[in-house]
Amino acid sequence: MVKSTTKDAQDLFHSLRSTYVATPTNLKIIDLYVCFAVFTALIQVAYMALVGSFPFNSFLSGVLSCIGTAVLAVCLRIQVNKENKEFKDLAPERAFADFVLCNLVLHLVIINFLG
Amino acid sequence: MMAGSGLRFLVLILAVAICGAASVFQPISDSHRSAAVDVFLPVDGSYKSLGEAYEALKTLEILGIDKKSDLSSATCENVVKVLGSSSSTLKDAFYALSVNGILKCKTGEAVLLKDIVSQLQAGVKGAKSLLDFYYSVRGLVLVKEQFPGTVLSIGDAEAVFRSIKTLSQTDGRWRYSSNNPESSTFAAGLAFETLAGVISLAPSEIDQSLIQTLKTGILKLFDGIQKYDDGTFYFDEKSVDASQGPISTTASVIKGITSFAASESTGLNLPGDKIVGLAKFLLGVGIPGDAKDFFNQIDALACLEDNRFSVPLILSLPSTVISLSKKEPLKVKVSTVLGSTAPALSVKLAQAISSRTKDSSVINNQELKFDADSATYFLDSFPKNFDVGKYTFIFEIVLDDSANEKVYITEAQTKVPIAATGVISIENAEIAVLDSDIGSVESQKKLDLTKDGAVALSANHLQKLRLSFQLTSPLGHVFKPHQAFFKLKHESQVEHIFLVKTSAKKSELVLDFLGLVEKLYYLSGKYEIQLTIGDASMENSLLSNIGHIELDLPERPEKAPRPPVQSTEPLSRYGPKAEISHIFRIPEKLPAKQLSLVFLGLIVLPFIGFLIGLTQLGANIKSFPSSAGSAIPALLFHVGIAAVLLLYVLFWWKLDLFTTLKGVSLLGVFLLFVGHRTLSQLAAASNKLKSA
Repeated sequence: MVKSTTKDAQDLFHSLRSTYVATPTNLKIIDLYVCFAVFTALIQVAYMALVGSFPFNSFLSGVLSCIGTAVLAVCLRIQVNKENKEFKDLAPERAFADFVLCNLVLHLVIINFLG
Repeated sequence: MMAGSGLRFLVLILAVAICGAASVFQPISDSHRSAAVDVFLPVDGSYKSLGEAYEALKTLEILGIDKKSDLSSATCENVVKVLGSSSSTLKDAFYALSVNGILKCKTGEAVLLKDIVSQLQAGVKGAKSLLDFYYSVRGLVLVKEQFPGTVLSIGDAEAVFRSIKTLSQTDGRWRYSSNNPESSTFAAGLAFETLAGVISLAPSEIDQSLIQTLKTGILKLFDGIQKYDDGTFYFDEKSVDASQGPISTTASVIKGITSFAASESTGLNLPGDKIVGLAKFLLGVGIPGDAKDFFNQIDALACLEDNRFSVPLILSLPSTVISLSKKEPLKVKVSTVLGSTAPALSVKLAQAISSRTKDSSVINNQELKFDADSATYFLDSFPKNFDVGKYTFIFEIVLDDSANEKVYITEAQTKVPIAATGVISIENAEIAVLDSDIGSVESQKKLDLTKDGAVALSANHLQKLRLSFQLTSPLGHVFKPHQAFFKLKHESQVEHIFLVKTSAKKSELVLDFLGLVEKLYYLSGKYEIQLTIGDASMENSLLSNIGHIELDLPERPEKAPRPPVQSTEPLSRYGPKAEISHIFRIPEKLPAKQLSLVFLGLIVLPFIGFLIGLTQLGANIKSFPSSAGSAIPALLFHVGIAAVLLLYVLFWWKLDLFTTLKGVSLLGVFLLFVGHRTLSQLAAASNKLKSA
């Protein structure tokens, strides 16, 4: 039983990897950006765990900036993905423009909250 | 005990309500004149404006102070200049004529009377506001007074009267112009003076009915008069941000009604108590510090001094203290507001109510004698039961109605607070040391409190000290002083003060040292004894050093309070105090600097990872437009985004939100245009590729 589950996991992993290679480059770039944002957030959380949350607003500001931008990138990925039938009529440039605008507003609020 | 004190309080309230406030008003005196010299004579020899010059010269004239001749000549030059020029305003011409009336300048050929008259008549015709009417009409009146024989007419007097009358309101106040809805009492005074001027210039042309409506308007204005408790009446503006205060408003109304009453054809009946009240208000101001208030006060009082309807008389006392020991008479003066002599009259002291008894009067209906040399009335005999203390004297004035040219008016009753002082005799003063339980006297000394003594006593903490004396008023009643303090002062300068209580028979203080040991800080040793007795009615208040007492007190226990440190320098209490150490909030513990720097490096790592990943994926900028038309918007788009991010960094560093928002909005609009351009070009390019 254990052997089959590990073999299943390995098979699953391999199939995921092969499918992923087929995704278009621009989606991979967005995925990479999301990973970067999440990693940055994790490092900030680790720092807070280490030294305490004294300027709590700064901590929140930093973490929410990373998470926020990751969320916006995920939205962009959904809208730009050609396999997604819902957003067939939406031009990817329009989605990108929304992404840029929302990021700018998010970062204005973040900088104000940073203190 | 509560009910008793409550009842006494109620009686006091009722008594105050019935009696009303008593106060003394003094007519204008030499102190006013010397103050006027300081206020009104300019240091550099000339006045700043003709208006100021008029106010100063009029006040000095009323007070009878001589003006300097060089001042007059400098002002006269100014007057002649203004009257001679044809471009001077109505206000300047009015003040120039007013000053001329006082100084009587020699105008010469430079001033053509015809030009001034025609200018003022044009002013009357073309007047749009109350002030225009005031300056032009009063100017014409002044010309008529100063240059008799000049023929001048005000035009259609009735029309002028009516057009001024349109500015009146139903509550008695007037507006400054038909455009301005605000009404003011000060403007009412100006209006009355102006209308009085119109009547005096054309006496037969004005209809009696118009004058009657004006009289009812004046009475309506008097309905809005305000008063204080001491019987003074005054006018004040109702609006909070009025430019005129109560003195100038009251003065303006008084000037208006007296000039109106001066017209022959009118007969004005104003309530007498209000006229006296207005006079008392102006006198109650004392010596004003402001030049304008001073002028208004003196000018209004001069109008009241000599008017046709009623001249107020003021009862004043040079001194409100009767000394029973000196046996001097109480002097009372009756004069007009400016200090001139009053007509024949008699002054009666109706009642003298003591502050202690309050319901019965000590003196009743005593006529005061008249001393013609000093023009004062005096009371030199007091009844036998007139003791020291505070009294309220109620005076009544009775006028001899024989052939007075003017109508005089006084208050019905003038209440004056009087203090009677006398020598209080001190008897049976003695100090004794008693044994506490039995009460037997260990040592007793008689005291003479009129001089310092050298009594030497000694006591220990089980004994008591008793001080007693009797204070008697000149009539033999027991006297209770305001202040009776007994002070014990230790060698180390520590002082203790005790109050001596007065009962119905005598004044006594008993100090039980057993209870006072802690208060005296357990300090044994020599104490100086000092007694202070004082009162407003007592002419021989005293402070006497009786002697000293040796006190033997037990040792101080551990917990007892220490005596306060007495500094040798008496003025040291005014020196610098101890420094206050403030307690601030403890700042939060921040992490070590190196740790923070390490994590700063760690944060950069994911970014580097992102860049490496991008290169591995083969991300490129091949589709960056190459042609010039498309490259510029694309470039500007990237530059715009970089600019916004830079603005955010600046915002975090030093800017505030509002500046940033302004910048963001500007850059945002720019980005919108440029971004739309770029992205639409990209979209068009990709569409072309798709279709192709």
